[in-house]
Amino acid sequence: MQNRIAARFDELVSRDERALVCYVVAGYPDLKTSEEAIDALVVGGADIIEIGIPFSDPIADGPTIQAASYSALEKGVTPEKALRLAKSVRKRHPELPLLAMTYCNILVRVGVEKFMAHAKECGIDGFILPDMPVEEAGEYSQAASKLGLSLVFLASPNTSEARLRNIVKSTSGFLYLVSVYGITGARKSFEGYTLDAIRNVKRLAESKIPVAVGFGIKTPAHIRLMAGAGADGVIIGSAIVDIMSKSSSKKKMLKELVDFAKSMKRACKK
Amino acid sequence: MLGSYPVAGKFGRYGGKYIPETLAPAVEELESAYEKYKNDPDFQKELSYYLTEYAGRPTPLYFAKNLTEHVGGAKIYLKREDLLHGGAHKTNNTLGQALLAKKMGKKRIIAETGAGQHGVGTALACAVLGLDAEVYMGAKDVERQKLNVFRMELLGAKVHPVQSGSKTLKDAINEAIRDWIANVNTTYYLIGSVVGPHPYPMMVRDFQSVIGHEVKQQMRELQGKLPDAVVACVGGGSNAMGSFYPFLDDQDVMLCGVEAGGHGIKSGKHSATLAAGSQGVLHGMFTYLLQDERGQVMETHSISAGLDYPGVGPEHSMLKDAKRARYAASTDDEAIEAFVTLSRLEGIIPALEPSHAISYAMKLAKEMSKDDIIVVTLSGRGDKDVQVVQDYLDSKNRGKKKKHAK
Ligand SMILES: Cc1ncc(COP(=O)(O)O)c(C=O)c1O
Repeated sequence: MQNRIAARFDELVSRDERALVCYVVAGYPDLKTSEEAIDALVVGGADIIEIGIPFSDPIADGPTIQAASYSALEKGVTPEKALRLAKSVRKRHPELPLLAMTYCNILVRVGVEKFMAHAKECGIDGFILPDMPVEEAGEYSQAASKLGLSLVFLASPNTSEARLRNIVKSTSGFLYLVSVYGITGARKSFEGYTLDAIRNVKRLAESKIPVAVGFGIKTPAHIRLMAGAGADGVIIGSAIVDIMSKSSSKKKMLKELVDFAKSMKRACKK
Repeated sequence: MLGSYPVAGKFGRYGGKYIPETLAPAVEELESAYEKYKNDPDFQKELSYYLTEYAGRPTPLYFAKNLTEHVGGAKIYLKREDLLHGGAHKTNNTLGQALLAKKMGKKRIIAETGAGQHGVGTALACAVLGLDAEVYMGAKDVERQKLNVFRMELLGAKVHPVQSGSKTLKDAINEAIRDWIANVNTTYYLIGSVVGPHPYPMMVRDFQSVIGHEVKQQMRELQGKLPDAVVACVGGGSNAMGSFYPFLDDQDVMLCGVEAGGHGIKSGKHSATLAAGSQGVLHGMFTYLLQDERGQVMETHSISAGLDYPGVGPEHSMLKDAKRARYAASTDDEAIEAFVTLSRLEGIIPALEPSHAISYAMKLAKEMSKDDIIVVTLSGRGDKDVQVVQDYLDSKNRGKKKKHAK
């Protein structure tokens, strides 16, 4: 059976639309609000939701997501609570593709396959693990394919052709191209190397696997830029967390998220 | 043969490269550069020049006669890394890596530091080799170790206080890794212990192995035999790995790593990773960690900032499982007692880190015969710690007086 992520990309390709992938930290600012934020993003037009499971040492994340993760951990958010949140989202959104984004240790602590199996029961369709390169993927890939989960690998603008081929072969669901040399965090602008990287990865991925670009994307103009270079989707994280941390009231914040997702989705439609 | 690890970047099941993809090319570049220069006679000659003429190698292997008589057991020898330039073994590694970085054409060096010893070691190596140094240090540690911050600045390094997470060493490493990701094309990350992704644990071990090689040769010259035990403290594990490695295949030499027991293992306030930890992934490696049951890495405690780290080098994890090395812990109290004892008996003020090893060696010596020989790696000198020890002793005395008053 095709999983929800692949199904969603197929559907979007047939409509000539780019995927809008939105990231939310589970339990930030609290569990209930993060769940409402997911609903708001979906209402606005998010195609895929990434649920961040907070980890104490998020080396690939910039100050915005670090602070949100730290705050969630301080409030006692555990992987189990994050998965319960996924379960609750799944109940209301049976077709919504749901990814868990976290770091290897969260899985290793419980056992990779055991954690993945439990996540699947809670409605998760796949994993993104930014500290798991192809060299270390064996156990993760095996468990994911056994369970029918996607395992999304990351590539970077400096990834060699040989590694890229390996990543294209290993990834499932889509390929996550990191837009910049850097960690997560909203950016004002992008340089030419980002667009070169998109073209290069698209060339190697052929039409076998969709390519989504993430890190730093914050405006509709950014999306049009990435789409123009051939991206099949964009991933937005810090810009969403920024909105969530800056709004004066929850009601206002949720409305802002709907509007934000709407404007971003519009840019995904050419 | 345990000495032949790592194999394919792993020490048994430990080690590996759990890193973001952006770092993969940098780590591959480092791996091939290290392979090349490791066997390059010119590189080795230059490194050896700096280690001897600049840093003062070889360091003495000193027979601690007074301490030995005081304990009344095996003979205790001290490998005097405290006499190395910079005041600790860290210089062996920082000179090696800084020279490698220079050969690789990297001008900007970043490093993490806890107490500031590795930061100072990095700053001095960069000063002498003409490289730019930037050091990440937890904001809490910046407060606790103001003097070392100033030393680094004097040596020309820029110190970045780290405000994230627990604001200590592990967060300083996180921040250094983040900087490395953002500046991967121009920057060399000079890691301070046998931790991080492959090839760091191997490379740092190799640079520190000068300690064990010298011990072996000096022991042969002094006693015509190998020691019966080698004892060293374990934070990340670099002075211990450097002391142990040349003896790994000498099965008769007992190897003991001593971690920080803090307020005691049962109190939960310690940093005895091998004694009380479980397996996990942190800072690019699979190894033993101090973590909660959900996989969140815990904050640790030790009176010595240099041992205050929730992970440990992957080679130690392998040696623990293989039972080739044994790992013990000394508490804060025991370390302070050893600190004072060595100062009084031998006129040597040790750093608090190796004070943990000395404390354990004194216990071990009692169990062994008078003909046996224990070598303790005295990884650094204690000037940096006198304030901490004074405060500690003052508060103990105040506590005692209060009890008497009652
Ligand atoms: C004197 C001294 N010994 C030991 C250590 C612990 O490091 P490692 O276990 O890597 O030798 C430190 C760390 O700062 C140190 O300064």
